[in-house]
Amino acid sequence: MSKILVVAEHGNGTVRKATLTTLQMARDLAAKKGSSIDIAVLGHGVGGVAEALKGYGAETIHVADHADLAYPLAPTWAKVIADIAQAADADVVAMSASTTGKDILPRVAARLEAGMASDVVAVVDTDDGPGFRRPMWAGALLADVVIDSDVWVVTARGSAFDAAAATGGSSDIEAFAADPAAAASRTRFVKFDATASDRPSLDEADVVVAGGRGLKSAEGFSQVMEPLADAFGAAIGASRAAVDDGYAPNDYQIGQTGKVVAPQLYVAVAISGAIQHLAGMKNSKVIVAINTRDDEPIHKIADYSLKADAFTAVPELVEKLAARG
Amino acid sequence: MKILVTAKRVTDPNAKLVINDDGNWIDDDVEYILNPFCENAIEAALQLAEAGDDVETVAIGIGDDEVQRFIRQGALARGVDRGIWVEAEEAELDSDGIARILKAVVEKEEPDLVLLGKQAVDGDSNQVAQLLAEMLGWPQATFASDVTIEGNEAIVTREVDGGLETLAIGMPCVVSADLRLNDPRYASLAGIMKAKKKEMDEYEPDDLDIDDLDPKVRVVAMHEPAGRSAGVAVADVDELIAKLATEARVI
Ligand SMILES: Cc1cc2nc3c(=O)[nH]c(=O)nc-3n(C[C@H](O)[C@H](O)[C@H](O)COP(=O)(O)OP(=O)(O)OC[C@H]3O[C@@H](n4cnc5c(N)ncnc54)[C@H](O)[C@@H]3O)c2cc1C
Repeated sequence: MSKILVVAEHGNGTVRKATLTTLQMARDLAAKKGSSIDIAVLGHGVGGVAEALKGYGAETIHVADHADLAYPLAPTWAKVIADIAQAADADVVAMSASTTGKDILPRVAARLEAGMASDVVAVVDTDDGPGFRRPMWAGALLADVVIDSDVWVVTARGSAFDAAAATGGSSDIEAFAADPAAAASRTRFVKFDATASDRPSLDEADVVVAGGRGLKSAEGFSQVMEPLADAFGAAIGASRAAVDDGYAPNDYQIGQTGKVVAPQLYVAVAISGAIQHLAGMKNSKVIVAINTRDDEPIHKIADYSLKADAFTAVPELVEKLAARG
Repeated sequence: MKILVTAKRVTDPNAKLVINDDGNWIDDDVEYILNPFCENAIEAALQLAEAGDDVETVAIGIGDDEVQRFIRQGALARGVDRGIWVEAEEAELDSDGIARILKAVVEKEEPDLVLLGKQAVDGDSNQVAQLLAEMLGWPQATFASDVTIEGNEAIVTREVDGGLETLAIGMPCVVSADLRLNDPRYASLAGIMKAKKKEMDEYEPDDLDIDDLDPKVRVVAMHEPAGRSAGVAVADVDELIAKLATEARVI
């Protein structure tokens, strides 16, 4: 019987939303393929993560708890994920299309001689059986792909799936005797410079406010965007131009080569809306554009366009939102 | 040290794409450019060559004979020492097939470092560097925004969710380039002239003893995404707030 292995993503001992959106993709696929679902939890001291995932309808949760897995280095994680998939006889391995999933899962595919579909946004029926829909060309086109190998590997775009709800029940938790050393990774972790932020993360926020090159400097960016984010309880994003010019940290970038978001509300401030930027936000529910011009590509997809200087319009918006309470 | 770097062509991001008659790819009658991420990889190879002693750079392109133009103009004219063209029907290859071809070339050339773009802006799969690294059993550092060589290690800063990560990976290794790695140089006129005479090896997959290139992933249908229609212009901040509150109901 078919079995889907979902690789959990977690941080500081808690389950990331990306795990649950991937689980939802797995449920959609399981419904078409008649599969059961298992979960793999890799890391060090991750018993709590496995406990937290017990009520989501997985048959077995495989826990690979090992000091050498504490940090997700691609060669070692890929080896252990592939080992679990083989031991559990899984024919599908799935993880989110986060930078971690993108880094690791192709190596799992190579180990399992599997075909891989990246960044899928839906599970679809095709004439050749269940397949995956995925954006190509920065989302200008959507392709339906099928995988012909025995084992399938998939990364799921977080913004395209709801977080799977708990179903009750209780999965079996099994320790997996991981052997990461055999991957001989020749990889040394040196450091991680985290972007400091108390705000919701981009992939989990209901409101995203994003700033572009029109904000002219790092000071301009923070002066305009920080109060706006406070007013909405929003996450802050940026265009590539704003990141390239040093107004915002790299992991704020939204677009084809940055993060993909689909919040309830997206406010694009001084962003022109190049196709590569739209690729990362055009599925937001409501889009607002604040721009000194009214003929930019962003205006072709915005629900509400305000032609105004961001340096005056945004502070006014912040003030009036506060006055509404 | 020897560096192998990729030169893949992609459709111009500004080109109007039309789905082909079979409904499984695009009409290939469009303008092409060098994949922007490959430009960053090529620039990184050149900078490492300039910083080190006795570094050889080799560019590889896979596809029909048009690809040679991108190897010459995109890589050799900028200063890469020589080219390798593997003739293959690109549309019939998936990421796995491309990685298999690269693996065979790596085994022939024995580079210390393979530099690739982190993704190609046509398929947007972001798989080849990682597949190649695993097939070779080599370490990898993907999404690089900084690469330096120290002794027998590449020290790589990676753009990842939540911040910047730094890894030290032992050579031989695979690195995939992100856009902030560098600003690719333009080819000089002299570079363009020199490129015409630079060596270009040609192979077919059979010459490289690759037996199986059947794709594991097949496109069966293509669609235009549902369009999103333009909304309305609001006159001022008050009207914007009113619309968000009563029409969109998001505040
Ligand atoms: C391979 C590749 C990948 C890419 N990936 C991405 C990606 O992932 N994400 C991304 O965003 N881009 C990406 N890009 C870049 C993209 O093509 C654009 O260059 C970029 O999105 C432009 O950013 P911007 O809108 O901030 O700047 P601009 O296009 O310069 O627009 C600035 C806007 O600000 C407005 N403005 C100026 N002053 C004011 C003011 N005072 N008040 C209000 N408005 C003002 C202007 O009217 C203009 O609309 C990529 C490009 C390539 C080649």
